Amino acid sequence: MSTLPISVPVTDTHLPYKGRVAMFTLIAAESAIFSIFVVAYIYYIGQSLSGPTPREVLDLPIFNTIFLLSSSLTIMLAERALVRRAMGNFNLFWGLTILLGAIFLIGTGREWYKLITVDHLTISTNLFGTTYYSLVGLHALHVIVGLILLTAVLVFSLMKALRPEDTKRIEVLALYWHFVDCVWIVVFTVVYVIGR
Amino acid sequence: MAQRGAAIRQEGKSMSESSMPLPGRLPDAAEQESRADTFGNIVEILHDWVTTVDHKKIGILYILYSLAMLVAGGIEILLIRLQLAGPRLNIIPAEVFNRLFTMHGTTMIFFVAMPIFVGFANYLVPLMLGVRDIAFPRLNAFSFWMTAFGGLLLYYSFLGGDGLQGAGTAPDVGWFAYAPLTERAFSRGHSTDFWALALILSGFGSIGGAINFITTAFCLRCKGMTLFRMPLFVWLMIVSSVLVILAVSPLTAAQAMLLIDRYLGGHFFDTQAGGSATIWMHFFWIFGHPEVYVLIMPAFGIASEVIPVFSRKAIFGYPAMVAASVSIAFVSLSVWAHHMFTIGMSAAGNAFFALSTMIVGIPTGIKIFNWLATLWGGKIRFEVPMLFSLAFLFQFLIAGLTGIMLAVAPFNWQLHNSYFVVAHFHYVIVGAILFMVFAGFYYWYPKVTGRMLDDRLGKLHFWLFVIGFHVTFDVMHIPGILGMPRQIYTYEIDRGWGTLNLIVTIGAFIQAIAIIIFVLNLIVSLFKGKIAGPDPWDAWTLEWTTASPPHDYNFDAEPVVYSARPLWDLKHPDDPD
Amino acid sequence: MLANLVAMLLCGLPLFAGQSQTNIFSPQSAPARSIVAVSYFTLAITGLIFAVVGGLLVYVIIRFRRRDNDDTTEPPQIFGSTQIELSWTIIPVLIVTVIFLTTARVIFDVQDAPKPKSALDVTVVGHQFWWEVRYPGSQVTTANEVHVPVSTPSAPTPTFIKLTSADVVHSFWVPELAGKTDVIPNRINELWIAPEKAGLFEGQCAQFCGAEHALMLLRVYADTPENFATWIRQQQLPAAAPQSDAAAQGRKQFEAQACINCHAVNGTVANGRFGPDLTHLMSRDTLASGAMPNTAENLAKWIDDPDTFKHGSLMPSMHLTKTQIDQITAYLVTLK
Repeated sequence: MSTLPISVPVTDTHLPYKGRVAMFTLIAAESAIFSIFVVAYIYYIGQSLSGPTPREVLDLPIFNTIFLLSSSLTIMLAERALVRRAMGNFNLFWGLTILLGAIFLIGTGREWYKLITVDHLTISTNLFGTTYYSLVGLHALHVIVGLILLTAVLVFSLMKALRPEDTKRIEVLALYWHFVDCVWIVVFTVVYVIGR
Repeated sequence: MAQRGAAIRQEGKSMSESSMPLPGRLPDAAEQESRADTFGNIVEILHDWVTTVDHKKIGILYILYSLAMLVAGGIEILLIRLQLAGPRLNIIPAEVFNRLFTMHGTTMIFFVAMPIFVGFANYLVPLMLGVRDIAFPRLNAFSFWMTAFGGLLLYYSFLGGDGLQGAGTAPDVGWFAYAPLTERAFSRGHSTDFWALALILSGFGSIGGAINFITTAFCLRCKGMTLFRMPLFVWLMIVSSVLVILAVSPLTAAQAMLLIDRYLGGHFFDTQAGGSATIWMHFFWIFGHPEVYVLIMPAFGIASEVIPVFSRKAIFGYPAMVAASVSIAFVSLSVWAHHMFTIGMSAAGNAFFALSTMIVGIPTGIKIFNWLATLWGGKIRFEVPMLFSLAFLFQFLIAGLTGIMLAVAPFNWQLHNSYFVVAHFHYVIVGAILFMVFAGFYYWYPKVTGRMLDDRLGKLHFWLFVIGFHVTFDVMHIPGILGMPRQIYTYEIDRGWGTLNLIVTIGAFIQAIAIIIFVLNLIVSLFKGKIAGPDPWDAWTLEWTTASPPHDYNFDAEPVVYSARPLWDLKHPDDPD
Repeated sequence: MLANLVAMLLCGLPLFAGQSQTNIFSPQSAPARSIVAVSYFTLAITGLIFAVVGGLLVYVIIRFRRRDNDDTTEPPQIFGSTQIELSWTIIPVLIVTVIFLTTARVIFDVQDAPKPKSALDVTVVGHQFWWEVRYPGSQVTTANEVHVPVSTPSAPTPTFIKLTSADVVHSFWVPELAGKTDVIPNRINELWIAPEKAGLFEGQCAQFCGAEHALMLLRVYADTPENFATWIRQQQLPAAAPQSDAAAQGRKQFEAQACINCHAVNGTVANGRFGPDLTHLMSRDTLASGAMPNTAENLAKWIDDPDTFKHGSLMPSMHLTKTQIDQITAYLVTLK
């Protein structure tokens, strides 16, 4: 295999970081999956033949939402700290992100506990139950996966095992976390605002 | 395998002048293995293949897997065709028949057509882009094994229920598994569960593969290779992968919903609880229609590689081909309900989907014209890859035209779910897609194995298959027009469908013989084929600059390209692109 | 070529079509005729496209094949031509416009056809694997064989059929009368037919619905208005009282066994709705939605074990003795 002499100018574009492209692609796939659950939710609004209705049993999860959306802010601050190699700050904000995410999950858990034990709404009760638990549950599952990954990174950081090359990888993970928060905005709007 | 090793070693010797050490080359000492070492060597080879993350090996794994599944799906259809060869036959009982056609469709689409192109792409894309591997080799291996296990799970279903004789508890709900037939109330037992779970598993594999190809094409290209200098096959794989991302995900979601219904008491498709049967149809076809474009895009890509080389002309209108492919993908996301013209949508709804379906035919037609223009003024060589490509052009034209007929919604009200539709989509999947798969085999086999496929066997394969194809699928349109629905295990004597079905069955067996010849050719040529060398076809893209087969890391040094046809530039320094 | 072959076969060749009563190109009713018209139009256009493009392909293969005396130089490399590419974009756009406008008109004509006051209302409910047929205006319920009046232009009496399903998705398809329309649970679809002459029109379920989808056949009888009126009047009557001892015994058996849980016989205690209405069972030509001719012998075999004819049928074998079966059969054959 030979190359031509360098006198002819070579078109050389700076190619994007593969982790970022892959994450965007993954986000596209996940968005498609969530869209189907959202469409099902919307389609079945008001269609349940019996059982509790959203208006009767759902309260606006204001605090939970504030916690989760703030975690996007804290993760951004963590990323900034990481770029500056201010690892103390990074650990602080990253840890805060995890904490906020965990609080969100606990809040969801408490909401579900109330729905199941007090309102007797389960996934098999009616169309509302099926679509609600599926959509909110799918989101919560993504939060759990995110928290696991975030925690792993925190552990690596506390062990002082993070190298400069890992910065862009961590930024890609943060991208996933932002996606999870965006999905919550959609879920919140569809389930707690439109659907009630 | 030993012969392949020999080929590698031969090439290795000639490259020993290279200054760059080539990691992974087989040591010469391997020749002196003792008999006792042979078994250990076999285990080592198996272990190597099972744990490989090398794109070439994974590509071969995908292709071999698909070929095995092709045989399985083929046996299923031969049994089906035996039962349908005459009216009211009793060769295959109804329940078994229903399992067979469900398995045939599911196998061919998910475990033959999809993985075979992922296999081709795995092997070829890094070579075509001048790089050493795809973006995420471990994800690549994961994707293959997810696909493979999905297929194994699907076929494991044959062992459940009534046992092998009754086709076990294999899925029996049709490959599009309409609800509420798939709900617990109407499908007791696990046949539907096997269907859903197997496809969820392989779906993750497909999505993983798609992420890999998209990332590779956008992030890993050799110096000088802009997006518009990539081979069209790579473009078409990107487009196919984007569609996988957008289409397979909805299927996964719908199957998850189905499992929630079946196991958690959900009501997504439970019409007794107010659920909707039509929403399953929408979700399924939102997957199902882009899926067929997932299947055909790589076939288009192969056509755009083979036809230029065997006409000795560059592809006519490279930018238009890219634009047309992207347009097709984009529009294809809006046509899904042309599978649902009979469900009682409003006239406006039917009109919209008729229009979008007709519109998608425009960029598709443009591609055919571009291939024709590539042939125009060329010097056409009728080697076996080109034979299959020319048949592809004819057959894809016809398939597209019957597709236009089906897009005319009122005509569709008669033709939907009849054998006309079965004929149409087999014209696409066999007549267009499988023909280009064969073309790709004959074109790239030399690169993968270092040997040419036998020419006479290849021509025999071609002619037998073309004849069998037309005997079956030309005739198959007619029973549809005469009112024969699909997915029926038998039919009445007085409908007038008997002779036609017999002819269709005969064609199927002719095709089966052709495929046997093809598989024989694959095996025999591995040992007896003419040595190929790096560039047996006088082609122009980067994969033909490597050894045949390529070394472990493909290129000794990163190639630098200045056009879409780097080898043409090298061979024609006075007339580069 | 395919399109021409198809048109040829359909327009007249009786070789295959002769026996077929389900040829979509032998329309006997207005909606089917509209479909045939737009189909011929489409076939003509696609046939023309095939002839032109296919012809070009053949020409190119012959004209530009490599000759034996080829000098192995490469031909001139042409990378594209904006003008040519534009023209072969614009022409397909025009073709699509024409086909689409024609298509849209037929869609609206058929789907949104006005319903005249003289139209007959029928409701068809799909079951696994039989058709429940109701005439709401006449309080008639029957099964599998649909009777409708002939509809002539001078005295139009089309039949508007409401379709729904009791279980899974089916599809109502009688090709010579109309395109198919799906029969979906929890949804009511509508299709209309207007048979132009008296006779039998055959069809079958066209959406896979389970084990015996293949034997869920349809028979639509178009009757002259007088015959139709006679038929309806007969169907409205309750079941004839058994005249013979055997029949009376049979009725006792029928009512003692679980038959009445699924089947209805108007004027008796039997009022099950899970299976076909049997009040006028003997007025039908076939049994089990067309699976076999309606004879006493077949009926007895069916009652003994439905799996003989239709292996996935939801009617279980009741494991009756031969005597019981003969008695019940003797009763059922009186239900004219």
